[in-house]
Amino acid sequence: MSEAKITVDGEEYQVDGRLTLFQALQYIGKEIPHFCFHDRLSIAGNCRMCLVEVEKAPKPVASCAQPIMPGMVVFTDSEKTRKARKGVMEFLLINHPLDCPICDQGGECDLQDQAMAYGHDRTRFEENKRAVPDKEMGPLVKTIMTRCIHCTRCVRFAEEVAGVEEIGALHRGEDMEITTYLEKSLTSEMSGNVIDLCPVGALTSKPYAFTARSWELQRTESIDVLDAVGSNIRVDSRGAEVMRVLPRLNDDINEEWISDKTRFACDGLRRQRLDRPYVRRDGKLEPASWDEAFQAIANKFRETGGSSAAAIAGDQADAEAMMALKDLMRAYGSPHTDCRQDSAGVDPAVRASYLFNSTIAGIDAADALLIVGANPRTEATVVNARIRRRWRIGGFRIGVIGEAADLTYRYDLLGACGDTLRDLVSGRHRFANVLKDAVRPMIIVGPGLLAREDGRSILGLARSAAETFGVVSDDWNGFNVLHTAASRVGGLDLGFVPGPGGRETVDILGGAQNGDLGLIWLLGADEIDMDRLGEAFVVYQGHHGDAGANRADVILPGAAYTEKSGTYVNIEGRPQQTTLCTFPPGDAREDWTIIRAFSEIAGHKLPYDSLTHLRERLIEANPVFGHLDEIRPAPWQIFGDDGTMHDAPFSSSITNFYMTDPISRCSETMLQCTKMRQALTDGTRTGMSG
Amino acid sequence: MLDDGDRIFTNLYGFDDWGLEGARRRGDWDQTAWFIRQGRAWICDQIKASGLRGRGGAGFPTGLKWSFMPPDDKRDGRPHYLVVNADESEPGTCKDRDIMRHDPHKLIEGCLIAGFAMGANTAYIYVRGEFYREAERLNAAIDQAYAADLIGRNASDTGWDFDIHVHRGAGAYICGEETALLESLEGKKGQPRLKPPFPANAGLYGCPTTVNNVESIAVTPTILRRGPSWFAGIGRDERNTGTKLFCISGHVNKPCNVEEEMGIPFRELIEKHAGGVRGGWDNLLAVIPGGSSVPCLPSDVCDDLPMDFDTLSSHKSGLGTAAVIVMDKSTDIVNAICRLSKFYMHESCGQCTPCREGTGWMWRVMTRLVRGDAEIDEIDMLEEVSCQVEGHTICALGDAAAWPIQGLLRHFRPELERRILEQKKVA
Amino acid sequence: MSRPPAIAVDQPASFMFSSAYEPAVEKVIAKYPNGRQVSAVLPLLDLAQRQHGGWVPQAAMEHIACRLGMAKIRVMEIATFYTMINLAPVGKYHLQVCGTTPCMLRGADEIFRAIRDEIGIGHGETSDDGQFTCTEVECLGACVNAPMAQVNDDFVEDLSYENFVGFLRTLRNGGDMPVGSMIGRRSSEPEGRAQNLGAVPTPTCFDPAKIYGVDAIGDNTTPEIQSAPTSLAKEGGA
Repeated sequence: MSEAKITVDGEEYQVDGRLTLFQALQYIGKEIPHFCFHDRLSIAGNCRMCLVEVEKAPKPVASCAQPIMPGMVVFTDSEKTRKARKGVMEFLLINHPLDCPICDQGGECDLQDQAMAYGHDRTRFEENKRAVPDKEMGPLVKTIMTRCIHCTRCVRFAEEVAGVEEIGALHRGEDMEITTYLEKSLTSEMSGNVIDLCPVGALTSKPYAFTARSWELQRTESIDVLDAVGSNIRVDSRGAEVMRVLPRLNDDINEEWISDKTRFACDGLRRQRLDRPYVRRDGKLEPASWDEAFQAIANKFRETGGSSAAAIAGDQADAEAMMALKDLMRAYGSPHTDCRQDSAGVDPAVRASYLFNSTIAGIDAADALLIVGANPRTEATVVNARIRRRWRIGGFRIGVIGEAADLTYRYDLLGACGDTLRDLVSGRHRFANVLKDAVRPMIIVGPGLLAREDGRSILGLARSAAETFGVVSDDWNGFNVLHTAASRVGGLDLGFVPGPGGRETVDILGGAQNGDLGLIWLLGADEIDMDRLGEAFVVYQGHHGDAGANRADVILPGAAYTEKSGTYVNIEGRPQQTTLCTFPPGDAREDWTIIRAFSEIAGHKLPYDSLTHLRERLIEANPVFGHLDEIRPAPWQIFGDDGTMHDAPFSSSITNFYMTDPISRCSETMLQCTKMRQALTDGTRTGMSG
Repeated sequence: MLDDGDRIFTNLYGFDDWGLEGARRRGDWDQTAWFIRQGRAWICDQIKASGLRGRGGAGFPTGLKWSFMPPDDKRDGRPHYLVVNADESEPGTCKDRDIMRHDPHKLIEGCLIAGFAMGANTAYIYVRGEFYREAERLNAAIDQAYAADLIGRNASDTGWDFDIHVHRGAGAYICGEETALLESLEGKKGQPRLKPPFPANAGLYGCPTTVNNVESIAVTPTILRRGPSWFAGIGRDERNTGTKLFCISGHVNKPCNVEEEMGIPFRELIEKHAGGVRGGWDNLLAVIPGGSSVPCLPSDVCDDLPMDFDTLSSHKSGLGTAAVIVMDKSTDIVNAICRLSKFYMHESCGQCTPCREGTGWMWRVMTRLVRGDAEIDEIDMLEEVSCQVEGHTICALGDAAAWPIQGLLRHFRPELERRILEQKKVA
Repeated sequence: MSRPPAIAVDQPASFMFSSAYEPAVEKVIAKYPNGRQVSAVLPLLDLAQRQHGGWVPQAAMEHIACRLGMAKIRVMEIATFYTMINLAPVGKYHLQVCGTTPCMLRGADEIFRAIRDEIGIGHGETSDDGQFTCTEVECLGACVNAPMAQVNDDFVEDLSYENFVGFLRTLRNGGDMPVGSMIGRRSSEPEGRAQNLGAVPTPTCFDPAKIYGVDAIGDNTTPEIQSAPTSLAKEGGA
């Protein structure tokens, strides 16, 4: 590291010579006002707010674009610096409307804050202010373009991070206007981030428009569960309502981005909620008390016997609820539990077979990538942004076996079926050399593949590929399995899988269909084929009136992820916890407490009385739960089959990114996005940059 | 006055053949290979010795600029590029146009020599889009040069391969700024780049690049042919050497382009060549001596004012492109400068805040000042605003927009105050 | 106040370069190094404009974007940034009158008056018969021949109210368009001068010995001249 000595405001500092002046000033604790600069975007240097006086420089320099020069003498608070800032601030404000009282950015606006700190207290601008027509950018981003200060953060984000070159600045000079091409909706799954990036109120959230002021919101830090990435979020609520979801910085996971589903599906939390127990009587679901519901279930258990009962956990189940349900089922003598609604063919006994072993941050270190039957863009949007960023740096060949989807980066489409993977492993395919020559090659296996009947065979072949190409070595494991279910890794870790003699999901369904199983407990499981449940008595525990609730004989109203403290282990194997932001509606309860309460009535009282106790049980089941926010590398072992594969093409598990789970399916915003995307895909391919 | 024998551009007005035959008759393409054989460093040394300063406005020493390009032993495999700035758009300036349409071979030969001197095998000549006929003529001359093996593979039998391409712009003054020009040439909006890195390190396509004005390149073959000391011997002093193309427009009897000695006194320049000020010398009000970007000077300093880089900057103006805009006493000087403010507003690329917002503000205040529809203290405010733009922008367009106004305020403030007071009386 | 150029409402459904333009398109694209074809975007917009009768429809922007592998928004940014790209139809004769100070000082207003009187249009307007569009443009770089205008590809210079009215009438009557100086100047020479300054000198044969000394002749060794590689290392990822 090249150190450089610089003098700032009369004091000497040692700083990393590779930094920009702006970064160095931030590092030593100087606050430098800025608008266009953003850590994760290219340097534009256009707002000129970060100008500072540098000795011997004829003019103030834009610190964001200035490399450190050893011996530099910088003044961050001199007359010249202050004057430059004041001047720039005045220019930014002359054409900016004075509509702060009705602006959704009010209270969290960079321009407002910096005008207070660095601006004049009155205007000298006597001319008419500029008015700019608003632009249509789709159902998520509302525009009030008169407020735009042309920092081009949104333009750079779309091009660089999202990989959809769809935002641009038309015209020039003071006529410059930010827009999308022909005012079409953005086709990015992470377009909402432009709202956070916009330093003013030009781009704001359309669904959130005029619903709340930032200072009346309660902010709670939590974890997203709408995919399996575990994005860190902040949930802003008012009373019982979640008003919006924002990203929270976590450099190892989502950096500061979240997908549009993570951000905007929260209106689905308000609709079709299960807020009281129901019991089906004479074919009709009728409201019931907790006691009635529990009695009905307990009776059924007695009737069918515990061993012909089974439980399936859905994609948003928290580890605590799964632990409790597993213990309950075992107490009843049932080995039939599975947390894989899709029957994914991972090996629960080998942790490395179901983790994103390289870690998400590990993508940065990889130098070649093979994607097998995955579409990370829809299955793990922010992970895909990371892949794209790695690709942009260069020296990162990507091969895909699967669909020819627009992943926002260029790749070699190697083939669509299993035989391509076989050719690759046997070295017959030219891409084999790319993987062989790489120091840190990476393989990503998609969830759609594992759910196939031949999922275990594909997994086995993928393992051979990993071993053939040096994907796993002493200090590197680039073998990655992608999941879309937030509950998946946690469920596997705690063993919510068939016990000895137990059935997997597909066999549970078979057993229900042919009458072998008499009671099926669905813990938020809505993605299975309900028609296959036959005559079985179905308990649905969950928060939304979705497929499972419709089929249920008893409904136990649970809590959504914003309404409980639950542990979720993300694709990397990193346990994280959600936080209670708002209370569950009506009679709904945190899920583990429901199971605990039932166990007592059923005479199988579970041995934990508090969340703390339950979490001790989790750690007992698997020590990984004792290390929150940490990743424990998983040892490499044998897994998968070497059976035959079908010749069906590899495909993604997601057909509609916006609606994948009970919450997003209830979201009006996600419905609008679905319609928008439908309209756009009729004929047009999305922007692909290169 | 420049001796006829010392003129470089002997077909400036196009009375003679523009083509290869005419060019050869005028001495072009004579033993070009000999210069190339002397090597890169030798050529740079000669140009340095001639004292040639860039003819595009900034006046940076040309030989020095070429020597910033990585030398042969420091090449890293990236190609080098010579880019010729023929985006002649500075109001008042129309000299490069004459070179391209009447003496294109001087430019082409200059490209080969300069290109070689900077290790470039390719030159792009960026011609402003409006110069359609000039680009046509230049292309025709390039075709002649290819046909005669003067450029192309083994150009002029030097062993050096050299290609020249003409690239037309499409209407944007800002593309005359060298990094905006490179952006435009790369197929982007002409928005200036942040510097560093400078083009000699990372220019066109991220490769070492030197951008030179047409005139700077076109004079180099003659400088080499007649020797640097010949060029250095012309001009007022060793920092202001050689001949220079002047464009004399505005209120003179016979507006014209003319090649003259660097440092020729203003009055001599316009009386010898442009028929003097319309209505006589005493009718002179002010002059903009170096294209629209430099501050105007009032008549009282103009008489024996040497027209060179250093003298004009000592008068808080500049030689710029040596585009002399003459204004007689009939001129509404406020309106004349106001129109320049409109120009800069129109040509601001919009990228950075002070220029995007400031040019429009200044123009709007100027339009009120033309009518006197303002308060006296708004004159001070305008000056402050111009200083808020100046020196705070990514490129020099901000400065260029500020300086004409600052020149006006410096020399004609009483006129502005008079209008305001008069307007108040009427109202 | 200047406003962004209007974008035509009526747009053709498709655009392709015609066989007449295709060779020029190919030639332009070949000017730039491999992988740098985006450089051709401005020339291609210009060619599209010529083929399409003076303006660039959206379909042409999309065609060019596709051809050069660019995002559509990038082509549109460029098309709206450069003033010579017209995004709506213009008249058969596009009268682009310079209004910047050097021309203004010599009577540019008179030229606008001539257009107003003769054609009945002002800045930004097109005559009803579609023959003329008048645009005030910024400095066109012919300031010593002010006032001047560009009509389609040619400059007309040394204009006055009278001679421009005559010019417009010639065009209206279907006559050939006069170009260059309207008062008989050859080019940028002072009015009345009949030849080049310094005329054409007898060619002075370059003599290295005379200019650079006797040693210079002796030093005729050829330094090793090697052409640098012209292909570009492809950038990462791309």
